[in-house]
Amino acid sequence: MKNKYSIFSLIKNAFTNHENWQRAWRDPEPKKEYDAVIIGGGGHGLATAYYLAKKHQMNNIAVVEKGWIGGGNTGRNTTIIRSNYLWDASAGLYDHALKLWEGLSQELNYNVMFSQRGVMNLAHNLQDVRDLKRRTHANRLNGIDAVWLSTNQVKKFCPIINTSQDIRYPVLGGTLQKRAGTARHDAVAWGYARGADEMGVDIIQNCEVKGIKRVGNKIEGLETTKGFIKTKKVGVVAAGHSSVIADMAGLRLPLESKPLQALVSEPVKPIIDTVVMSNAVHAYVSQSDKGELVIGAGTDDYVSYSQKGSHEIVEGTLQAILELYPIFSRMRMLRQWGGIVDICPDASPIISKTSIEGLYFNCGWGTGGFKATPGSGDLFAHTIANNEPHKLNAAFNINRFVSGDLVDEHGAAAVAH
Amino acid sequence: MFIINCPYCGEREQSEFKAGGEAHIVRPKQPTELSDDEWAEYLFMRKNIKGIQLERWVHIHGCRKWFNMVRDTSNDQIHAVYKMGEKPPIK
Repeated sequence: MKNKYSIFSLIKNAFTNHENWQRAWRDPEPKKEYDAVIIGGGGHGLATAYYLAKKHQMNNIAVVEKGWIGGGNTGRNTTIIRSNYLWDASAGLYDHALKLWEGLSQELNYNVMFSQRGVMNLAHNLQDVRDLKRRTHANRLNGIDAVWLSTNQVKKFCPIINTSQDIRYPVLGGTLQKRAGTARHDAVAWGYARGADEMGVDIIQNCEVKGIKRVGNKIEGLETTKGFIKTKKVGVVAAGHSSVIADMAGLRLPLESKPLQALVSEPVKPIIDTVVMSNAVHAYVSQSDKGELVIGAGTDDYVSYSQKGSHEIVEGTLQAILELYPIFSRMRMLRQWGGIVDICPDASPIISKTSIEGLYFNCGWGTGGFKATPGSGDLFAHTIANNEPHKLNAAFNINRFVSGDLVDEHGAAAVAH
Repeated sequence: MFIINCPYCGEREQSEFKAGGEAHIVRPKQPTELSDDEWAEYLFMRKNIKGIQLERWVHIHGCRKWFNMVRDTSNDQIHAVYKMGEKPPIK
């Protein structure tokens, strides 16, 4: 049983110089057999394990992670959470996640620092204005809060934005989702890991999957660097490396893996208390609680697993940032990184069973998976436990690429990638 | 960022080029006879290899010609560049 985190436990541990905190999760060796194994110890994978144990009483399960948990895209994203997607299917999926975010710190007894500071999407040309207004209407019809802001209202909500109409891409207005915001990315992985571990889930780090064993059309187990693990159900949540895992099972996926870059500045005093995204000029920025500006750049257009992106992608983003926020012109950037994102042709994820019995994929989140972490885990757990999708992820099956029933969210990716 | 040796123009910065995805995907000869599965395979399914990949590129801000490339996607090393219609120089 885990000790509950509270103000009292904080005070109590202060007396012993914080040297006696209980371990948040164990470091077990893999058992010979599990009822299900999740490949990938990022936020989505750990959330999947958590909900499998919590809601579906599958406690004899494991998460295998080739590095350390939360060390991939979970630990290196811009932490934006919102649900203002265009289509009904996406609205259902992402708002389900947003509702789970709203109670997540209490649910996990772990402060994920979810901050509903609002997300603003800017319009810079007439087409943007039309598209964003349309999206606002679609959101409201789906019960998602969204408002259209005029240029003056944008300026009032975020005063440091340059709303001069003389710049190359002037701000013509924007949308605002007030329930949207940010969260502490590492805490999400750690909170789910701690919760899952408490219910008996084995979280096995430094354990890379080398092969998938199947007999006929059924999953038999996984070859890993820590030996063979027998299991009948495998949930793959491997983000950029989904195609590599799929290849081990002889499957092909409609994915391309590309580098996505982001960067943070030196920390400064609070200057921007919301998240501002801009599709047309490709720039989005927020400020972390440490004071760093968190800036998202774009993806390169070529397949790469190198975790490095092109310099001009960063340059283009910073040019746009400087035009919109001249106040940042002397900021120094602290660090920059690239993560590998798996992009679907319709910019929507896949949460689905496959043609192989016992093999499930949760992938294709592309550039915006973090926001969906709790919802993704919940729905994927449902899909694995019942061998059937939940109604909220039914549209995100892998067969949509055969039927043609795509969920085209390129427009709602908030920034074009 | 890397340097690409365009078979027509020589070495140029990668920013002059645009990637065109997996190479040697042959357009179906009898499109009307294709099943939905075969269409999905042709249109959407990709190898997305981590390692040596054959892919198409276009010198979009130069000669605007298409060509093929052998590139290691795990470290962005380019092993060879060859013209459209030619056989890949390595297996």
